[in-house]
Amino acid sequence: MITKLHHALFIALVSILCIVTLPSHAAQTLTVYTYESFTSEWGPGPVIKTAFEKECDCTLNFVAIDSSAGILNRVQLEGKSSKADIVLGLDYNLMALAQDTGLLAESSVDLSQVKLPIEWDSKVFVPFDFGHFAFVYDTKTLSNPPTSLDELVNSPDDLKIIIQDPRTSTPGLGLLLWVKAVYGDDADSAWKKLKPKILTVTKGWSEAYFSLFLNGEAPMVLSYDTSPGYHMAIDKTDQYQAAAFDEGHYLQIEVAALLKSSPNQELGNAFLQFLISKEAQSAIPLTNVMYPSIDIGDALPPEFSKLIKPSKSLLLDTETVRDERKGWIDEWLESAN
Amino acid sequence: MLKIDKLKLQLGTNSYCYQLHANASHTTAILGKSGSGKSTLLNLIAGFLQPESGSISWNNQSLIGLSANQRPVTTLFQQHNLFMHLNVEQNIGLGISPDLKLTNNDYENIHRSLDEVGMAGYAKNRTANLSGGEQQRVALARCLLRKQPILLLDEPFSALDEHTRHEMIHLTRKVISDYKLCAILVTHNEDDADLLIATKHLLRDGILTQQAAGIANKNH
Amino acid sequence: MQLTMFQRWWLPGAVALILLALLVGLPLIALIVSTSDLNLQTTLNNTYYKRVIWFSFYQALISAVLSVGLAIPLAQALSREQKFLGRQMLINLFSLSLVIPTIVAIFGIVAVFGRTGWLNSAIGQLGFEPFSIYGLSGILIAHVFFNLPLATRVLLQSLDNIPHEQWRLSTQLRMPGLAQFKYVEWPAMRTQLIGVFMVIFTLCFTSFTIVMTLGGGPRATTVEVAIYQALRFDFDINTAVSLAIAQLVFCTALLLASALFKHDASIGFSYKPVEHLYRPTSTHRWRNRLLILLGTLFVVTPLLGMIMSAINPASIKVLTHTNTVQATINTVIIAIVTAFLSVGIGVSLLISSRHLRIRAQKHNLGQWIQHAGNIILVMPPVVLGTGLFLLLRNVADVFSIALVLTIIINSLMALPFVLRILDGPLMQAANHHDKLIQSLGISGWSRWRLLDWPLIRKPMGFALGIAATLAAGDFSAIALFGSERATTLPLLLFQRIGSYRLHEAATTAGILLVVCLILFTAMQSMTSRTIFWRSHAKD
Repeated sequence: MITKLHHALFIALVSILCIVTLPSHAAQTLTVYTYESFTSEWGPGPVIKTAFEKECDCTLNFVAIDSSAGILNRVQLEGKSSKADIVLGLDYNLMALAQDTGLLAESSVDLSQVKLPIEWDSKVFVPFDFGHFAFVYDTKTLSNPPTSLDELVNSPDDLKIIIQDPRTSTPGLGLLLWVKAVYGDDADSAWKKLKPKILTVTKGWSEAYFSLFLNGEAPMVLSYDTSPGYHMAIDKTDQYQAAAFDEGHYLQIEVAALLKSSPNQELGNAFLQFLISKEAQSAIPLTNVMYPSIDIGDALPPEFSKLIKPSKSLLLDTETVRDERKGWIDEWLESAN
Repeated sequence: MLKIDKLKLQLGTNSYCYQLHANASHTTAILGKSGSGKSTLLNLIAGFLQPESGSISWNNQSLIGLSANQRPVTTLFQQHNLFMHLNVEQNIGLGISPDLKLTNNDYENIHRSLDEVGMAGYAKNRTANLSGGEQQRVALARCLLRKQPILLLDEPFSALDEHTRHEMIHLTRKVISDYKLCAILVTHNEDDADLLIATKHLLRDGILTQQAAGIANKNH
Repeated sequence: MQLTMFQRWWLPGAVALILLALLVGLPLIALIVSTSDLNLQTTLNNTYYKRVIWFSFYQALISAVLSVGLAIPLAQALSREQKFLGRQMLINLFSLSLVIPTIVAIFGIVAVFGRTGWLNSAIGQLGFEPFSIYGLSGILIAHVFFNLPLATRVLLQSLDNIPHEQWRLSTQLRMPGLAQFKYVEWPAMRTQLIGVFMVIFTLCFTSFTIVMTLGGGPRATTVEVAIYQALRFDFDINTAVSLAIAQLVFCTALLLASALFKHDASIGFSYKPVEHLYRPTSTHRWRNRLLILLGTLFVVTPLLGMIMSAINPASIKVLTHTNTVQATINTVIIAIVTAFLSVGIGVSLLISSRHLRIRAQKHNLGQWIQHAGNIILVMPPVVLGTGLFLLLRNVADVFSIALVLTIIINSLMALPFVLRILDGPLMQAANHHDKLIQSLGISGWSRWRLLDWPLIRKPMGFALGIAATLAAGDFSAIALFGSERATTLPLLLFQRIGSYRLHEAATTAGILLVVCLILFTAMQSMTSRTIFWRSHAKD
């Protein structure tokens, strides 16, 4: 009996050890943690991979984390043993928070070409695109979209919207800050009014936009002012439009950064530099459906000129976001759910 | 000769004290109500329980400290003498070899002992298909094969019907005298003791003394 | 006696206990140590977490009330309708919810009750607003789906055990249906009611997969899920630890509370059909039949929905996807290692515990050793996972050893089932025969080979099968540690349901179900005698 058990235990232990010690080889491979839609077949991932691998003689490995803000949690959970070289897909709001983890390295990237609605002075983060958060609506089911955030907040409850979770998704956090920027201390009551209109809160943007909104689950979804550009340029349809809000739109700048723990610092910097090259940036508008972070001139699709022009760019200080985020999220959990 | 002297044990609130001498080729019957301590005595002799003081010896060799399977003892229980998933032959074989590694000679002995208890030809039978009396016969066959001089009979006849019981007692009596066994019978049925021509002792409140036994014998 | 003392009966149990102490004790210490520098009250005073705790109790209460409440008439109807085609099959089907992976069943429920599911299409035709399965309603449907069959089987068993004299008597006394219920059936069910209610309440309170999948965001979150979110969404270790400690306290309290009400230990595992029972012909046959029909539909349609949607245009893509292949391999590895590990620990505990209970007459000590295997009931997977995470995060990258951690947690999760399955047979192998075994001097390996193994090999195959299936279908452990580096089929299925790719989800669910079936069958056949050793030459 005892020997039998020993055998069973031994086999179990050996199997465990085998799993633990599976070999991991790291030849010149650059691992990039990003969000799902960036790596999808129609996203910028494949284009950038092919172009960069051509000039770097390396393998570029995109790893899709289940949501954008999740990328930060993930490298925090992994700590110093993280397999990632680059994190790509955090945004301006999360910058101070991300920098505080001490996991990120300063980059040597030349940022002189960068052209954004704000001055860029971060040495750690490389901005690779930007856009404004906006509610995109289906013109077939919603003919009179609200013209301001306040109108949306005060709409009848049968107007259903889909939003994202601020804990996991940068658009979700963006809306939280948007409401905060517009309502200040009254954000709480605005969320309470918004609550019955929220059909569901998704973990990431892809589920909300592709799986639910485009399948007709709700007439409105939290997305970007740039989203209609894709439908106009690729799908050749005006069906989906962004609703311009009087209070202005909250700005999102998406960033990438190098990890201190990465053994491939040089290659990492090369990638970050490539990310804001004209070649990579020209792919951004129709793959990541955002504005490029440098001037790409004629390469910007003409449909982008038909997009709404936000009356005002709203943006909270990244340090403020770092300090207040936790409290605001708790507040949101309480009043919007 | 089996000698039990001032054998004492405390179990919970009950205390037991035994005094008994028993001879080979003879049956000693211990009579008593349930709870009087009959089984405790058998458990002490068989080595399932350890006494606090006193002695048990067989032919002047102490049994105290020996484990159950080292003692010159074999037991016929009231029921559950056989393992239902093993066949007749295997059940008996366990009495010879606890890991059931049997030689051809062993098999011959098994068949002979089956013959002796009137179960010839049953070697390959499934135990579960046997009647209660047949099961007890098989168990007795194993007791014989173990060749231990002391046979403990723990109410082995009480679960049998009247006719089978008589047959079984008759067989047991024959075996005891043939093999010159020192048999200790525990029962609440005095008739069993009489049919086995046993010396009767009465156990009362956990006390068994030769003197008390003598009185009990006269009373009955 | 000296020799038996020397036979090392304590060794298997000691090894198992040390292993348990390491696997559970160290994470627990890690949890408790990290509470020293945080303020539990801050988290627990937070209005949101207060609501999470309240919601955990609230949904568990409603789930348990619904499950047990609906089981009473259903069990009554089944017990009164003794003869209809497929009755036994239906009752067997009711035990399926014990083995079917939660996440697979959830997919079936979405296929039937979801926005584009059968039911919503049907009521949409009638002009009603479709209802959403995400949120409390979905959680309740899923909990009732899993627990109604369990409760029904338990209650049906107690109804079947009513002595038929009582039925005869009640008929002679010309009791009307209601009085029969009140004086005959209700007293029989009542003894089991509180026990089964507590079991279901506890199961729903610690429910993870269902709430994660159908909870619909932070609106409907239980403590179990909030711990996961604090860790994986927020990297908020303080909150995770505070909630984990709170959950530990709740679970202990629930377990103590259920211990107050004695209930049948074999709950839900075995239904023994009782034959030739006298039953009055019910005057409300249409009502019984309607109840049975509804109950059957409720249990069967999600399974049907799942099976029917499994093959679809996305199937080929899913089947050939490297993710699916890798996940399938991981799932099988986890399942097999878990099965042997938990059955190994279980048998070791039981062997030593049995010695204490039967031979050494130390019944309570033996019981406690056995109860050590139920530790996961006090320390649910996510709490244990949080502890493991805290313990290992400075030493290793937990995502690299995800499969090992999953195996550990799954083994502990399977252990209570293993113990429950094997305890009876192992005790039976010794109960009546221990003195005989002792006097024949059968011990150690011989005893296992000749006396224990033949009796427990079938239940052991069953236990291996249950443990493997449970591990293959488990989502709670892999949710915490899984990533694209270590996926399993349940994780993949969750992601596909979560991103509403229902075609891909359907095929994944189908694969998982097939994997579970194969594992269950393979594990059961592994204990067929010839594989383990050659039987005795003269046998």
